[in-house]
Amino acid sequence: MQTDDTMARWLRALLPAALCALDPAGCGGVRLRAQAGPARDAWLAQLRALLPPGTPLRRIPLDAPDARLLGGLDLAATLRAGRPVAERGLLVEAHGGVVLLAMAERISSAAAARLTAVMDEGVVVMLRDGMEAREAAEFGVIALDEAQGDDENLPAALCDRLACIVDLEGLRAGDCPQLPFDAGHIAAARARLPTVSVSPVVIQSLGAAAQAFGVDSLRAFMLAVRAARAAAALDGRDQVGEPDVTLAAQLVLAPRATQCPASAAEAPADASPEAAAPDQPPDSTPAEAAPPPGDAGGEQRDEQKDDRPADLQQPLEDRVLDAVRAALSPDLLAHIRLAGGRLPRARSAGRSGALRGNGQRGRPVGVRKGRPGGGLRLSVIDTLRAAAPWQVLRRRQGMPATRVAVRPEDFRIVRYRQRTQTTTIFVVDASGSSALHRLGEAKGAVELLLADCYVRRDRVAVIAFRGTRAELLLPPTRSLVRAKRSLAGLPGGGGTPLAAGIEAGWSLADALRRQGDTPTLVLLTDGRGNVARDGLGGRARAEQDAQAAARRVRASALRTLFIDTSPRPHPSAQSLAAGMGALYAPLSAADAQGISRLVKQAGAQSAGQNG
Amino acid sequence: MSQAFPFSAIVGQDEMKQAILLSAVDPSIGGVLVFGDRGTGKSTAVRALAALLPKMRAVEGCAYQCDPDEVASVCPVCSAAAASRRARLVPVPVVDLPLGATEDRVVGALDLERALTRGEKAFEPGLLARAHRGFLYVDEVNLLEDHLVDLLIDVAASGENVVEREGLSVRHPARFVLVGSGNPEEGELRPQLLDRFGLSVEVSTPTDLPTRVDVVKRRDAFERDRAGFCAQWSGRDAKLRRRIVGARERLPAVRVPDAALEQAARLCMQLSTDGLRGELTLVRAARALAAYDGDDEVGDAHLRRIAPSALRHRLRRDPLDESGSGVRVARAVDELLPA
Repeated sequence: MQTDDTMARWLRALLPAALCALDPAGCGGVRLRAQAGPARDAWLAQLRALLPPGTPLRRIPLDAPDARLLGGLDLAATLRAGRPVAERGLLVEAHGGVVLLAMAERISSAAAARLTAVMDEGVVVMLRDGMEAREAAEFGVIALDEAQGDDENLPAALCDRLACIVDLEGLRAGDCPQLPFDAGHIAAARARLPTVSVSPVVIQSLGAAAQAFGVDSLRAFMLAVRAARAAAALDGRDQVGEPDVTLAAQLVLAPRATQCPASAAEAPADASPEAAAPDQPPDSTPAEAAPPPGDAGGEQRDEQKDDRPADLQQPLEDRVLDAVRAALSPDLLAHIRLAGGRLPRARSAGRSGALRGNGQRGRPVGVRKGRPGGGLRLSVIDTLRAAAPWQVLRRRQGMPATRVAVRPEDFRIVRYRQRTQTTTIFVVDASGSSALHRLGEAKGAVELLLADCYVRRDRVAVIAFRGTRAELLLPPTRSLVRAKRSLAGLPGGGGTPLAAGIEAGWSLADALRRQGDTPTLVLLTDGRGNVARDGLGGRARAEQDAQAAARRVRASALRTLFIDTSPRPHPSAQSLAAGMGALYAPLSAADAQGISRLVKQAGAQSAGQNG
Repeated sequence: MSQAFPFSAIVGQDEMKQAILLSAVDPSIGGVLVFGDRGTGKSTAVRALAALLPKMRAVEGCAYQCDPDEVASVCPVCSAAAASRRARLVPVPVVDLPLGATEDRVVGALDLERALTRGEKAFEPGLLARAHRGFLYVDEVNLLEDHLVDLLIDVAASGENVVEREGLSVRHPARFVLVGSGNPEEGELRPQLLDRFGLSVEVSTPTDLPTRVDVVKRRDAFERDRAGFCAQWSGRDAKLRRRIVGARERLPAVRVPDAALEQAARLCMQLSTDGLRGELTLVRAARALAAYDGDDEVGDAHLRRIAPSALRHRLRRDPLDESGSGVRVARAVDELLPA
């Protein structure tokens, strides 16, 4: 029984490899969630075996420079030829094949944007280093996602373009079955793919399933259609049939589900009409009840009607829904229930800051004269530029005519500027002891601080604690909109797990610091913990744990601001603040400007200390 | 290059399409910013524009595609005494600024080839020159390096590109409509940049099933047979093109009565937008809309329809206000210009 289950999971994990090998650019690719290890190697080995001979497979290292990714000036060839010679980028080399993106969860959103722009256009437009080229680059991306936990995530823009999400968690390489295809099958299926037709019924039922499971992205819907087509081609069919549709829905839509519709048997508890759509009688499907707005051609609606005999179409929609429901993992269902019906939108890390360092990395901000070496990098193009106007002259002075004469005084080296990015982490006490009306004021204070962070282009993160645990409401982001949204939905009440809150703030700050960020912790609480770290009640132990957590904050010399939200400042809060080496400010005394000034002060001290 | 998705086949997103069409009618409106969800056809709409626009007359042999009827030009080619004034028809440029482009290719720089092989100092025009009299599109504008965005906005506002580097000193015309798009979840644009765009539209993923199914069906049909799909929609695109041409001809004659100017001023005061740029854009866009609709006078109806796009990005940011700025504009419009 156990092995059958494992086998089925493995097969479902491997099918995306086949679909991606078949139609890499169409399917966008696969997000492969797994730690580096034998299971992932087994998956990749199967993918490699499926790629028809001659299909390129390129591995992109994390933070590959633009010159390598998109192409640039080939210095050696340029010097040899005495005229500019372009070097092809990795993405152009991968045309028609697959790109492996290592440690995809750590890719910067800027790098992801370059990649997605090429995926959308199927073309690399290289406008760099005084050169210009336009070359086809259609490929699928296998994003090797090694994220562990909430604070690491694949950029949403990239995720949105990858059809399948595969999770190898808990699968062992030893159990990996062999797919019943080989590269020959894939090549034949590739030839068949353009002729596979998709009926409107299929599109309709995939659209209904996407809607019912709360998959908002239109791209996901489109990718599901393409996956269904690829599945039909793989199976040797000329028309997309039910097995292809259910498979596509399971592979593409199920991992993206943010809600679970009531099945036909249950009462339609969900308020949204879309989710209830499958419950409607066959003669009033949404498509017919509401005519498409805009300039939708009349002929298209007629064609829909013709192709959707009520007795045939409804069951397909239902069967697709059932298939997706069956493919939902139990944790996802639990998550959906916890979140009250809907999961938050996909979180993007929004990580765009450069690492702090010694001034030899970061964003290039220009060039200056100088010698390369000792960590300083030669800016080839600017060196050549500096040398270029003198060429004719130097040749007359006896330099060989076939080479570019570069002299040491031409050398230009790149200047980098470090952006020391500041992230302000708000740890908000949402417990009952903090008294609900004070929670409102705390929210207000945070919102004022947010406006301030927005002006300074800082990132913010929000952690809330109540009941028995702390929760990361908002991973570091620069988006004010999302910060507001996460605060607005913050409920209050329950015990005060102060230690857990401080610890959550500390560990996020620590993670950020390791990424090269400058974190500042802002704690809003009354300092009266009554839930210990293990989730059990008891004021004495809770305070002990809170003090322990505070010492940890102090030990890592983290800059912290403690805002006491209680109406009458209490000595225990002050001693806790002192314990973590924080600036202490009672909310009752501090006005908005005052708090904002304190945050700035805390940030400045922190920057001074670390930089 | 492969054919672009036809403009008229884009389902819904009427505000975005209106803003793009109006800036084609009157480029002086000052560019469009499209912000919103992923996969809502932002890039598709802009790239479709190229096929939609009527061709324009340009001076033969001029690298900057100058207008032969323009007399006082800063163009170094056309201002030369012996320049020919022969004209030819060329497509209106819609130029994409790819992420990862280096500044030298955007602004223009020393021609590397000639410098390397012949030791000559020659200027090679960049993207800004190519976009002259057309559109410059920046996808993910919020991810572009700040110094590049500053430069684009500056050139777009002044209409000419001045290059002073590497011993070169070149001035050439670069009047273009800047179109930016992005996703607010990736980070926001600096407020001072927001204000430089004429119109700003917000797009969101359609939520009703028939529309969504329509979008995917058309996309699928397009991908399977690009040429056939484009041919199928070419009639509608041609109709839009004729409408743009008609609106351009009508534009100079469209009257803006004092009452409309007053209404625009009142609206801007009510919303306390900073500076006069909001008012100016509102009136210009309303005039373009009137021309596009075939009316010869700007009325309240035009102001009402264009106010959200023209003003939503100019409001003072209020982080405590939960409702979006679009809602605030709509509220003010309802109050001052009841339908």
